Amino acid sequence: MASPTEQFAITPLSGPLFHISNAPIAFTNSAAFMVAVVLIVVVFCLTTSARPSLVPGRLQNVGELFYEFVANTVRQSAGHDAMGFVPFVFALFSFVLVANLLGLLPYSFTVTSHIIVTAALSLLVIGTVIVYGFAKHGVGFLKLFVPSGVPGWLLPMLVVIEVISFLSRPISLSVRLFANMLAGHIALKIFAGFVTSLLAAGFWSVLSPLPLLLTVALSALEMLVAVLQAYVFAVLTSIYLHDALHPGH
Amino acid sequence: MDPVAAKYIGAGLACLGMAGAGIGLGNLFGQFLSGSLRNPSAADGQRPTLLLGFALTEALGIFSLLIALLLLFAV
Repeated sequence: MASPTEQFAITPLSGPLFHISNAPIAFTNSAAFMVAVVLIVVVFCLTTSARPSLVPGRLQNVGELFYEFVANTVRQSAGHDAMGFVPFVFALFSFVLVANLLGLLPYSFTVTSHIIVTAALSLLVIGTVIVYGFAKHGVGFLKLFVPSGVPGWLLPMLVVIEVISFLSRPISLSVRLFANMLAGHIALKIFAGFVTSLLAAGFWSVLSPLPLLLTVALSALEMLVAVLQAYVFAVLTSIYLHDALHPGH
Repeated sequence: MDPVAAKYIGAGLACLGMAGAGIGLGNLFGQFLSGSLRNPSAADGQRPTLLLGFALTEALGIFSLLIALLLLFAV
């Protein structure tokens, strides 16, 4: 039986295109699925906004719902003055959402189940927060690490804790998404493996529908998790952007 | 100790961390239910917060499951 981790294997679809210090860079299945994700999002946005009218039709309604959902999330978690970041959060949200959902199809590849992808996304978020925070507030951005209204003797300790909590954000943001996808897909494969091993077990094969039912239930849970993790990624991004806009507590 | 045995024992121990996530999720949904039965009209507005809390709490359980899976398949 194939190992449950085989589904995450990255295989080159082309020969090496070029080399970076002797490491061959090829067009892999991961890259192919990322291109597919971006294509799906772009085609969706283009078709839903192809013929905009004041009274939206069915397609335009779907697109507007999607966009306003992200806009409301940003407004609630980051405030009105963060509305300039809506396209950024929308791009992140739609990329993660479509990548998660595409990975649920059998025989497909989950882009977000690799920590290098989610780490790149979360470093982009944290980099945006740091660069924008310093550009907008200058040194005042460092007030983020100094909570107001604390007794002086407690302050040095709290500053250290705040710095550590800020530095652990990209780690928790990336590991949360990656671990959810990885663990969910491995659990699906393990329960699917129970079906085949029970079928080969003689009399006890009458029990084989049970893990099959569990696989169906787990698929439903994975669908929820795929959407929820994309939403959580967007919400946490807006919360971190709120810190960049209002560093004082 | 046999390293393979230690690996499997470690994977089992890592799964204990999921107990914390279970307590947290039970607490989360229980408190939401008791709150929303007291004031049903306010429950709908708090559903996104509930789901956000669910995802954040569940992720911590997944972290310990991840350690177990790493021990089983990657080490």
